[in-house]
Amino acid sequence: MAKQRYERPVLKPLNGNITNKFGAQAGFIPHTHIDGLAVHALTAKYGSPLFVLSERTIRETYRQAYTAFSTRYPKVQFAWSYKTNYMNAVCNVFHQEGAWAEVVSSFEYEKALHNGVSGDKIIFNGPDKTEKDHRLAIQNNSLIHIDHLDELYSLVALADELKVRPRVAIRVNMDTGVQPMWDRFGFNYETGQAWDAINKILLADKLDLVGLHCHIGTFMLASQAYRIATQKMADLALQIRKQHQHQLQYIDMGGGFASKNTLKGAYLNGADLAPSFADYAEQICTALFNAGFELGELPLLILETGRALVDDAGYLLGSVLANKRLSDGRRATILDFGVNLLFTSFWYEHTISPAQACSQYAEDIVLYGPLCMNIDVIRESVKLPPLNRGDQVVVHRVGAYNMTQWMQFIALRPRIVMIDLAGESHLIRDAEDLDYLMQLERVPEHLKKFDL
Amino acid sequence: MKLKNNIAIAENGFIFNAARGDSFTTNPIGIFILQGLKNNWDKARLCQEILVKYEIDEATCEKDLYDFLKMLKHYDLIEE
Ligand SMILES: Cc1ncc(COP(=O)(O)O)c(C=O)c1O
Repeated sequence: MAKQRYERPVLKPLNGNITNKFGAQAGFIPHTHIDGLAVHALTAKYGSPLFVLSERTIRETYRQAYTAFSTRYPKVQFAWSYKTNYMNAVCNVFHQEGAWAEVVSSFEYEKALHNGVSGDKIIFNGPDKTEKDHRLAIQNNSLIHIDHLDELYSLVALADELKVRPRVAIRVNMDTGVQPMWDRFGFNYETGQAWDAINKILLADKLDLVGLHCHIGTFMLASQAYRIATQKMADLALQIRKQHQHQLQYIDMGGGFASKNTLKGAYLNGADLAPSFADYAEQICTALFNAGFELGELPLLILETGRALVDDAGYLLGSVLANKRLSDGRRATILDFGVNLLFTSFWYEHTISPAQACSQYAEDIVLYGPLCMNIDVIRESVKLPPLNRGDQVVVHRVGAYNMTQWMQFIALRPRIVMIDLAGESHLIRDAEDLDYLMQLERVPEHLKKFDL
Repeated sequence: MKLKNNIAIAENGFIFNAARGDSFTTNPIGIFILQGLKNNWDKARLCQEILVKYEIDEATCEKDLYDFLKMLKHYDLIEE
């Protein structure tokens, strides 16, 4: 008789008096394939852990977002927020779909140029732009979004020196009723700072003020905040039109749409809670339409959506290293990836599925990463069927911010592959090795030898 | 090591301790072990029977079995 697949015995107390907020737990559905490719085959070929991106999901998500806005407003332009995921292959999928580039540092700027984005389609945001960055951005006719007065003054001086009119916008921050208010970036609307900065630019007459920019926060679960923000932005644009007879070309509403991940401590599942692209589009487009622009003078609407466009397309595959029982009785499973690769586990309760057949018998476990650090917890408490050493898991919705904020700490960073529309996998970033790790290190001559 | 008298084990893995009113669930291998305990199998016998029935190495089997027995003891389902 053939032997049965092994699963370790579990014992789960049933608590009659405390009801689970999600009711009876449905059976676990193993996630064995991604876009037609077997998880086990992917890790056999590329190793574990492994990041996997679905080109199909990126394109489909982008098209959903674009359609939501373009069916409600005539002039829409997305700019891919590089910091969210700046793997060149990922950026280029967005560029092929028509997105410009939105960058916040000199290396991101150069990456966009390297990818072939023309300078006039790069938006340069952020408080950290050096004079060299400004010169390069001016030379390339990029859109420079001014964050503070110091930047404004140095741009005016540069424009004077170079005898050009750089294309600029100012970043505006404001109260949209949502806490925390992101007021450390840009110029405040309510206190009149933004209006002052606008006057300074228009009166100095050295810079070409082409737009207004805001980014009201990230993971904004209240879509109505965007209506308020849009109204305030439109109000500034119309005042500029009226008092300076100056017409802006665009209003950039930044990013901030929530992805379908579940925030830590949230009562409801992220997929049920997050507004859809249509919800956000409805708020923004309605506010822009009703703001009072002349029909021929409707500004271009720019969006810098990051996480909501790419989270769903990313998966992290990993393997079980060990199981143990903690002193307080809880089961713990140790995986071969930790917070070094899954930075977002600090604020998300990531969905994690077994990658092979499993039973319906779930138990509460703690999921740890392999780092020798107490903070290395992937999930404090998650219901999963018992996993054996060597079993594999799939972490869902990891496309945003992990492949840029991952830490090179204790473990080297693993490979990233992308599955194309035909179901072929492509290596888009190789695994790091010791040579890569040490290539920037220098050991002084007197420290090169020792006797032990 | 013996399963206590007043423990009911259903085929679907539902366990009821009538003496204390506690209930639990377990998976098929858990039922298999509990049935074995009912038949007074000792640790060695339990391990042996699991190895015959399931695709698993001895070390893992032993480790998981001991952990399971500890939990049974913890919840007062077995006595030494
Ligand atoms: C200026 C700017 N634009 C766009 C984004 C992308 O934001 P999100 O990923 O929340 O859509 C950010 C992220 O912080 C940002 O700072």
